[in-house]
Amino acid sequence: MSLETPNAVYAGGFSNPPVAAAHAFRAAMNAMARPGEVQDITGAAPPDGISVAAGSLLLTLCDPETGVYLAPGTDSGALRGWLAFHTGAPVVPAEQADFALGSWEALMPLDRFRIGTPEYPDRSATLIVDTPGYYGTNAVLSGPGIKETARMQLPELTAFQNNAALYPLGVDFFFTSGSLVAALPRSTGITREA
Amino acid sequence: MNDYNFAYLDEQTKRMIRRAILKGLAVPGYQVPFASREMPMPYGWGTGGVQVSAATLTPEDTLKVIDQGADDTTNAVSIRKFFEKTAGVATTEETEKASVIQTRHRIPEAELTEDQILVYQVPIPEPLRFLEPRETETRKMHSLQEYGLMHVKLYEDISQHGAIATAYAYPVKVEGRYVMDPSPIPKFDNPKMEMAAIQLFGAGREQRIYAVPPYTQVVSLDFEDYPFEASKADHPCDLCGAEDSYLDEVILDDAGTRMFVCSDTDYCRTRRDAGHAGRLGAEAA
Repeated sequence: MSLETPNAVYAGGFSNPPVAAAHAFRAAMNAMARPGEVQDITGAAPPDGISVAAGSLLLTLCDPETGVYLAPGTDSGALRGWLAFHTGAPVVPAEQADFALGSWEALMPLDRFRIGTPEYPDRSATLIVDTPGYYGTNAVLSGPGIKETARMQLPELTAFQNNAALYPLGVDFFFTSGSLVAALPRSTGITREA
Repeated sequence: MNDYNFAYLDEQTKRMIRRAILKGLAVPGYQVPFASREMPMPYGWGTGGVQVSAATLTPEDTLKVIDQGADDTTNAVSIRKFFEKTAGVATTEETEKASVIQTRHRIPEAELTEDQILVYQVPIPEPLRFLEPRETETRKMHSLQEYGLMHVKLYEDISQHGAIATAYAYPVKVEGRYVMDPSPIPKFDNPKMEMAAIQLFGAGREQRIYAVPPYTQVVSLDFEDYPFEASKADHPCDLCGAEDSYLDEVILDDAGTRMFVCSDTDYCRTRRDAGHAGRLGAEAA
């Protein structure tokens, strides 16, 4: 790497990787197992513009075997350098991505991402929707991981309902903000709050 | 610090397993292929469960390991010691105090809570494997929801034995989509699978991970006129007197004397400590 590479690229990893990754994964797993429920996730200090939660997910789940798509607005030299140094994950186009990072608007259109195959529905993308604030639309969730119903603020409904209609194919979502993470797997049914 | 990475596995292996677990949770009951590693124990001794536990444990966890319900059998003791040594986690035999429970072939009698994770050791993850040996075909059958063969198998049970004779590894349908092998738990345990805890399944030799999130619908396959029945030996426990627990039959001498005891040793001990006693409870104590 050139001498001009900012030191920030080398900083901001997990201080004790096995333990930090175990904690971050537990948060991610609890989030995925209980759609809509918000979990604390910390450990990473990613470059500016990326939340701690999104950075922690990337460090926990990405490595040279996973292609990462960085949506416009997220894609920067600093982030590419940080990701390369800490995870070794290649940056790939949306169509090949195992993980994608960006704001909801920047990740559109959704049908670019891999949704798996009928025999292997797990070969699908996981989208990390990194948002600084809250969304307006209130959704009512039901399905696996939810006792009766759960509530979640989503950027819109139709895209998620269309994704759920593909089940067992489809993409899975993490929503990150600050040091918080929630998830919405493809198995969750979504309706508008009355 | 010890000589191993936390929880034995290297970080890249754990990431690979963790990604499989997340996809498994997103598609409940679907078997996610994973690159199972050689573990310092033979296949069939829980290598899948151990890898899932290793990828799931945090240093603050309290681990319980059971083998057929018992905390004190070889398999359970050795896996517990393995994680005491490689992860430095606390261990317990008490179901309520455990945050991660690795199990071979039982679900604990005590109801599990939202704060617990149940990790199953799975020998043959594919419920259709003995009906169709080709993986390419069983994949296709799952993708098309072509589960007629499984119902034929259960029907053949009825035509030969007058009832569904499958007593363990009784197939279930998860959330109305995937037929899943619940691992060789007795069918007595099947109704417990709709629980508050996260259930993870690891098959090391067969290289599959699957999962059931909390409160997921898990229905045991059956027929309208031959409904599913969660059966157990028709006895109370001879040590603690429990009538609601799954029982092991133990032969006591050459004359055929036998006793029935709870297979869940922690459940039985808790009840005896609380003053309950069965037919042989007093003399055993």
